[in-house]
Amino acid sequence: MNPNQTRKKDAESGAALDNKRIRSDFPILAQSINNHPLAYLDSAASSQRPQQVIDAIRHYYSHDHSNVHRGVHTLSHRATEAYEGTREKVRQFINAESTSEIVFTKGTTESINLVADSLGRDFSPGDEILISHMEHHSNIVPWQLLCEKNGTRLVVAPINNQGELLLDDCLGLISDKTRLIAITHVSNALGTINPVENLIIEARSRNIPVLVDGAQAIPHQAVDVRALDCDFYAFSSHKMCGPTGIGVLYGKQQWLDRMPPYQGGGDMILSVSFKETLYNELPYKFEAGTPNIAGAVGLGAAIDYLSEISMPAIAAYEAKLLTYATSAIGQLPGVELVGTAAKKAGVISFNIEGIHPHDIGTILDHQGVAIRTGHHCAMPVMEFFGIAGTARASLAFYNNEDDIDQLVTGLKLAIKMFQQ
Amino acid sequence: MSDKNRLMDLYRRSVLQHSREPKNFGRLESASLQAEGHNPLCGDKITVYLTLAGENIEEITFEGIGCAISLASASMMTETIKGKTILTAESTLSDVVDAFTHPEKPWDSDQHGELAALSGVRQYPSRIKCATLPWKTLSAAIAGNHQTISTE
Repeated sequence: MNPNQTRKKDAESGAALDNKRIRSDFPILAQSINNHPLAYLDSAASSQRPQQVIDAIRHYYSHDHSNVHRGVHTLSHRATEAYEGTREKVRQFINAESTSEIVFTKGTTESINLVADSLGRDFSPGDEILISHMEHHSNIVPWQLLCEKNGTRLVVAPINNQGELLLDDCLGLISDKTRLIAITHVSNALGTINPVENLIIEARSRNIPVLVDGAQAIPHQAVDVRALDCDFYAFSSHKMCGPTGIGVLYGKQQWLDRMPPYQGGGDMILSVSFKETLYNELPYKFEAGTPNIAGAVGLGAAIDYLSEISMPAIAAYEAKLLTYATSAIGQLPGVELVGTAAKKAGVISFNIEGIHPHDIGTILDHQGVAIRTGHHCAMPVMEFFGIAGTARASLAFYNNEDDIDQLVTGLKLAIKMFQQ
Repeated sequence: MSDKNRLMDLYRRSVLQHSREPKNFGRLESASLQAEGHNPLCGDKITVYLTLAGENIEEITFEGIGCAISLASASMMTETIKGKTILTAESTLSDVVDAFTHPEKPWDSDQHGELAALSGVRQYPSRIKCATLPWKTLSAAIAGNHQTISTE
């Protein structure tokens, strides 16, 4: 049985994933940093890539590259097949109804900007966009730009001290003027998994579209956009083991159909004359210019890779590792966890009394441990907790308890150094 | 240098002491000059206050939040600058920023006294801004610049 078949069998039988074998797929993890084995705990910023993704991109550039959608020659055909093949893989991965609803973008940020620019174009002064207090800057600033442009108002739903959305308050903020609800599925700074389902049910009854920022959810759990019934779902390839520079906007056809193009250029048109230009059909209407073809190839390989392991198996594995890590870090003297929601994905944000997060980050780096420090592009969250930033360890399915132990050893050294 | 020693070279005892109990920390109500500095990458903020007596910097304090490196740098800065003329202060701060940002040059310990304890930061490109933020803020205060200066 080859490794792929073994993986499939594991997934089908519900067996725990084989972390050792998975780690061997990620060449970057097999290195030393500052004379220590690398413990990469910064996957919420960007995940690492398995050899399968690296090979797919290499193969594409070595054998299949040309421009898509416009040539009659063999290479253009192959490139188009590869590019459109990934669109179908994405459709299956998130269970969208049609590939017309899968728009390739640069990433989550561009996906959100696309909706803000296009759907938001006919929002009026006094109309409202509802977001939450725990959004990443990329789900705040595009809406602020829109508000500046056409007088729309940004309404912010509150969170509690555990870093959970106050759902009732949030529902109470939906008004007759609400034109869109934009909310993160999983908070990058706190790890909170939001009850987006409940929000969507209420929004649906009032015919208000909901955009879900899925950047931090898509690598960690199975996402079914039809079961969620969201109107838009945005995510990035690089957080799910794929290349940087490509992401996805899922949008229900009913919205995408009526939305004007986001950018103009080649590929997004049917015909151009100086009198009249006809826009292309979905999803090409939103994909102006030569796309990131190699990025799509890599994303396709990443989806294959994740699907073989199975997202439910990844979610179950990471949940266990999160419990282990939370307990190990939480027991250290002076540690305060930031974000203690009942439902969390693999993010542990924390502060240690008397040690600034940047100093923690430098000391850990010396011991081969990569974490993120700072405000994590969520300054309103930091302001809510009255802190400048946090140290954040974030998990992926290629991490294991050894990584956590190495982190804890590093933190103990930091505490000791600062107690001198 | 072993890895652990390299770390100890960054976080020398005097650096940790200054960061724990910074000198001249707090708001200076009588300040005739002040400026705010910001490192948007980490959210650190610092305000530097000065009072002048003629051409002399009579008092200098700072307040804010920051990492051990930026707090120690600010604390040592106030001790270095206090009592100097504006002209000397300007030349000192320009020398210090230059020393921090040029790791290839040898550190002139005679010239910068206790600040030598911070010279280890030059091996950490991502942390040099922590050390220079207080000095750049001081420069803005002397120049009467009321806009928040930024490391970026």
